[in-house]
Amino acid sequence: MSSATASNTRFSKGPDINGFYGDFGGRFVAETLMPLILELEEAWEWSRTDEAFRRELEGYQRDYIGRATPLYYAERLTEHLGGAKIYFKREDLNHTGAHKINNCIGQILLARKMGKKRIIAETGAGMHGVATATVAARFGMECVIYMGATDIERQQPNVFRMKLLGAEVIPVESGTGTLKDAMNEALRDWVTNVDSTFYLIGTVAGPHPYPAMVRDFQSVIGRETRAQILEKEGRLPDTLMACIGGGSNAMGLFHPMLDDESVHMIGVEAAGHGIETGEHAASLNGGEPGVLHGNRTFLLQSRDGQITDAHSVSAGLDYPGIGPEHAWLHTQKRVEYVSITDHEAIEAFKLCCELEGIIPALESAHSLAHLRKIAPDLPEDHLIVLNMSGRGDKDMASVANWLEQHGDTEKLPNTTVEAAEPGRIDDMQPPHDVAKKTGETE
Amino acid sequence: MATRITRRLEALKAEDRAALVTFTMAGDPNYQASLDTLKGLPEAGADIIELGMPFTDPMADGPSIQKAALRALKGQHTQHKTLEMVREFRRDNQETPIVLMGYYNPIYRYGVEQFLKDASEAGVDGLIVVDLPPEHDSELCLPATRAGIDFIRLATPTTDDKRLPRVLENTSGFIYYVSVAGVTGAAAPTPESVERSITRIRAHTDLPIAVGFGIRSAEQAASIGRFADAVVVGSALISCIEHADSVEAGTRDVHALVRDLARGVRQARLATA
Repeated sequence: MSSATASNTRFSKGPDINGFYGDFGGRFVAETLMPLILELEEAWEWSRTDEAFRRELEGYQRDYIGRATPLYYAERLTEHLGGAKIYFKREDLNHTGAHKINNCIGQILLARKMGKKRIIAETGAGMHGVATATVAARFGMECVIYMGATDIERQQPNVFRMKLLGAEVIPVESGTGTLKDAMNEALRDWVTNVDSTFYLIGTVAGPHPYPAMVRDFQSVIGRETRAQILEKEGRLPDTLMACIGGGSNAMGLFHPMLDDESVHMIGVEAAGHGIETGEHAASLNGGEPGVLHGNRTFLLQSRDGQITDAHSVSAGLDYPGIGPEHAWLHTQKRVEYVSITDHEAIEAFKLCCELEGIIPALESAHSLAHLRKIAPDLPEDHLIVLNMSGRGDKDMASVANWLEQHGDTEKLPNTTVEAAEPGRIDDMQPPHDVAKKTGETE
Repeated sequence: MATRITRRLEALKAEDRAALVTFTMAGDPNYQASLDTLKGLPEAGADIIELGMPFTDPMADGPSIQKAALRALKGQHTQHKTLEMVREFRRDNQETPIVLMGYYNPIYRYGVEQFLKDASEAGVDGLIVVDLPPEHDSELCLPATRAGIDFIRLATPTTDDKRLPRVLENTSGFIYYVSVAGVTGAAAPTPESVERSITRIRAHTDLPIAVGFGIRSAEQAASIGRFADAVVVGSALISCIEHADSVEAGTRDVHALVRDLARGVRQARLATA
């Protein structure tokens, strides 16, 4: 069956004029932000059809990011699992080490177009923060990154990178000090500095047009994958797989093939200690519809509508929501959403290192873990493309700590935990300085 | 039929003075203390009461109000308890309007129709829901109005003349002008710049205009009450609870500050007459 021709276009058409994908999405923000969001929507709509903008974006994608990224045949993993033929889309080979830069380049070009001089962003694992700091440096803009205090602890190499790139990193102590809290603080900054500031959201969430705009900038992943697999295999993949936090790398991979009915798609959420324990980050499999951070989507929340904390070994997946387009694709059953525990992700992480010589981001390790479950039972002519969304350098301390805590010390040298060089980072920003800076922003 | 909010604001207009609108968080620092505070507000001088519905992620609020919400939630406060608090207040007071203020998700989870029914029965007069712009009027604003509950919208310094009619379209009770582009508890702008904004909004509507954000003292309340129809004070009252030596002292301090603010509001126009 030829699946290269789209037979159904309804899944790639959203959102509607109000930013809704079915019941999900929208623009649930304070009035202060509405005029700016409407202005941003205009800029985004313009960018979609402006030829000069497209050429400029493609130039930076090629010469600055290093696109196109390869579609790599993971031969040893394929042999080891003994089933489906596995390809990795190598977003880990992008400049700054993850897919995040695809979106940051696009949004900063829009920010310039809108005359903004100051960029703010929130970050969990730090990859979006690093990518934002990178493009802000490249275009000479002031950059402020909000990051949960807990995440700062576990992602210190990325904090160091952001500072080297000239960004101010503001620790957020409220809540559990993770991505959700950083996003609240970034929204507060935006409300306060609405005239000068562009909020560079890092995932396919937030008020419309962010989910659609970030998806558009990330869709380069899926467009390249489509062309590359057709060239290598002469047909579309049977299965696409990607990890899901907010869901931007997955949306980027899935979107250009949503209307290719034969392509099965799997999004992999973080089950943390297990969905049944309540300590997880699986918004679709363990959450309910609600409204947060400008959009209606699936959220981890109490029966009374209070947002609950997410948990994952991967800081990048540690968010209690998910992009609204995923929420819609979930309810439409177009994409299958599964979940993987911390333990399963770490095991897959180790396997990928050993068999392919690729240290994956802990986020990507979640999709690798699900791949391990399904690939052996699939026929050899079944083509799976897994989005290797980022590289795992940033996760060395998290992985080392996890292995140590679980008595898995075989690979741990005495100095492993020093990978994060905590002393040097701490010296750069003592705690009292941190508190002072947080206070100043409020 | 005029709502309790409209009746109160019209009566005060006849007296030629601005209303004092006070904001406290339901359940902060606990249910009983919060109810005691609430019950004493009219006597202390509050003309309209805003009662916060605690939410874990109040994105448009500053640190004081966020901490108040988290204190309430830590004490197991819920939406049902907020409505119960209004019911208890109404047993002794049928006159003072109560406006619930908060974010959409707890209402959405409660179920919009059920919430409006329960709120109306409890004696709620108005709603301010920070993250529901006019683009989403069909979600809650229109059903609330149909249920006889005023839907009060915020206008801000970024709401220009082009957008104002949209913001005002389905607003009832009063319009709440947020005098700064910022979170609650931020520094206040000058009364002169606020007055210019109020004059601009008055050109678009006959609705009473309340001014809030950054008002902490009787003097500030007086300077705004000179030209605004209502003056809203929130973070300063919340701070009384946060910094009090005891729960009882918190309630006492709130009432003392409200008495002081009420004096400021009552003298505002006398001083300039």
